[in-house]
Amino acid sequence: MFDLDLWREIFQSINMNRTRSLLSGFTVAFAILLFAILFGIANGLQNTFQEAFGTDANNSIVIFPGTTSKAHKGLQVGRRIQFTNEDREFILDKFEDKVQFITSKVNRSVTASFKGEKNNYELRGVYPEYMFIENNVIKEGRYINHNDLDNNAKVVVIGRTVEEDLFFKETAIGKYINLSGIQYKIVGVFTDDEGDSEESVIYMPITTTQFVYGNNDFVDLMHLTYNPEMSSDEAMAFGNSIKNSLKDKFDVARSDQRAIRMWNMAEGTKQVDIMTTSLTFIILIIGFGTLIAGIVGISNIMIFIVKERTKEIGIRKALGASPRSIVSIILIESIIITAIAGYIGLLIGVGVLELVGPSLKEYFITNPGVSNSLVVGATITLIIAGTIAGYLPAKKASQIKPIVALRND
Amino acid sequence: MLKINQLHKSYPIGDSSLHVLKGIDLSVEEGEMVAIMGSSGSGKSTLLNIIGMLDEADSGEYILDGLPIKNLTEKKAAVYRNKFLGFIFQSFNLINYKNALENVALPLYYQGMKRKERQEKAMFHLEKVGLADWAKHLPKELSGGQNQRVAIARALAANPKLLLADEPTGALDTTTSYEIMAFIQQLNDEGKTILMVTHEEDIANMCKRIVRLRDGVIMEDKKVEQVRAEQYV
Ligand SMILES: Nc1ncnc2c1ncn2[C@@H]1O[C@H](COP(=O)(O)OP(=O)(O)OP(=O)(O)O)[C@@H](O)[C@H]1O
Ligand SMILES: [Mg+2]
Repeated sequence: MFDLDLWREIFQSINMNRTRSLLSGFTVAFAILLFAILFGIANGLQNTFQEAFGTDANNSIVIFPGTTSKAHKGLQVGRRIQFTNEDREFILDKFEDKVQFITSKVNRSVTASFKGEKNNYELRGVYPEYMFIENNVIKEGRYINHNDLDNNAKVVVIGRTVEEDLFFKETAIGKYINLSGIQYKIVGVFTDDEGDSEESVIYMPITTTQFVYGNNDFVDLMHLTYNPEMSSDEAMAFGNSIKNSLKDKFDVARSDQRAIRMWNMAEGTKQVDIMTTSLTFIILIIGFGTLIAGIVGISNIMIFIVKERTKEIGIRKALGASPRSIVSIILIESIIITAIAGYIGLLIGVGVLELVGPSLKEYFITNPGVSNSLVVGATITLIIAGTIAGYLPAKKASQIKPIVALRND
Repeated sequence: MLKINQLHKSYPIGDSSLHVLKGIDLSVEEGEMVAIMGSSGSGKSTLLNIIGMLDEADSGEYILDGLPIKNLTEKKAAVYRNKFLGFIFQSFNLINYKNALENVALPLYYQGMKRKERQEKAMFHLEKVGLADWAKHLPKELSGGQNQRVAIARALAANPKLLLADEPTGALDTTTSYEIMAFIQQLNDEGKTILMVTHEEDIANMCKRIVRLRDGVIMEDKKVEQVRAEQYV
């Protein structure tokens, strides 16, 4: 199949008509350069979005109790709603398949001391599942477990900052920490990638907290994560149905906006989703548009080239060139010019992105770039584009009647 | 060699059409050297182009070397042009970015000949027209007469049976014209059949037969005593 002579013909034609080749190559290279840069910038914008919202955009729902704002079923306005341990079970019973993890939570502020060191920290009475909701990582020891809850065990898990503050270089595991006069055994140290404030926290089994601080089963808030396979719309609907069931349970009017309050991450997720979708859409339009423009551009150039070569084609035909051989030379020339020039454009584009990429951070563009798969895809597309762009002009050239071609001098 | 019967050709011009050839009957034997004459616009080139399969007749019969030429596919026409016919044009029609040797070798390329063989053969024909030393030169570096000789070498390269020339000396001065005619006569001496269109009586008289066209028909067809071109060179 490989016809050396045909390639020699084509390279001679490209080489001997350098201005023409360079000009058409330049157009293609420029289109692809533009494509790469636009694409890279769009990618960079998307990266920025994912960085800003993506890591936080988990599947959390937080439910707070409030005060009623409407009279309902003979109950007065201004009634305080109080969650208890039972409410967690209530939600689990009702929505088990949609809940991934759920915890009730009691928050207190405590003064903690060890030997002479002393400091104020946030105390959170929680269920073991809380660790997964917060994405805490155990650095040493273990987390709170259900056994601790059943026994109202006087154990705590402390954040990395607490350990650094109070224990210096000593290891905290197994030591007893004093919280408002009561000694608790430290069973674990955790870290949290959200930073210092989230690591200045002490976790305690919720039952212990409830026993020590009030001897009741009151809960300050509930925190759950929903099944991550849910779409943001489904998650919003899920949040609302939890809210409604709780309103019914506490005899609160459905229209009461203050009695049960909710903070649903799905709202933010939904916005990020919309943002990402529209960005992807824009990227697609850019890609498609540049490509079409490129193909039309090459096609135009090829038509021009064919026009310029009309006479030559006529001569070749008079000397016995078959229509197929005419299609071949025009088409392959188009493909070669498109592929080489396009690839050069792509390389320059990628180079430019690498070069100026880091300085674009302040314009909300993070890591602009094109992936390897895109480069491969673009190269293949280029060859296809060259074929499409060259085909019509080549076909037209092969249909030129030699007599017409030879007459116009 | 070739036989033409009641050949008609018209060109559409706007809504009407221009009837250029109105029933041509012509037959040419092998080894003839025919001049086609006539006033400008009388259809000489049209006739030659139809004979050369560069154009198609509207009606009538055309048999070339025993083959009826009718409704040929482009592909077949290409093969016939390559095998049977050699063309010489007034404006040479060389490919401007190919040197003399490459131009001469081009018909051989379309015959599917190997590169080396092609170049040897092309060189042989360039030598024959006395341009061996100019083989690597581009057309723009050659004079009109030299270019026409390259074109003749090219027309000969594929060893065609019939040589068609449309005003081969039209762009050349008298001396160069005679040089070219001397070549063409020599080819005819060697047995090639030659058909040429010309405006000039002296050139026509260097052929062996003159066909005169007027208003799309042949008004005169006569054999002449060939004037040899060498004596003027
Ligand atoms: N493609 C075409 N479309 C329309 N008219 C054409 C076409 N080709 C030729 N003609 C017309 O047909 C007539 C014959 O043209 P042709 O080229 O055969 O003349 P000719 O005898 O070779 O003239 P000349 O001596 O000037 O070369 C002319 O009137 C010309 O204008
Ligand atoms: Mg003419």
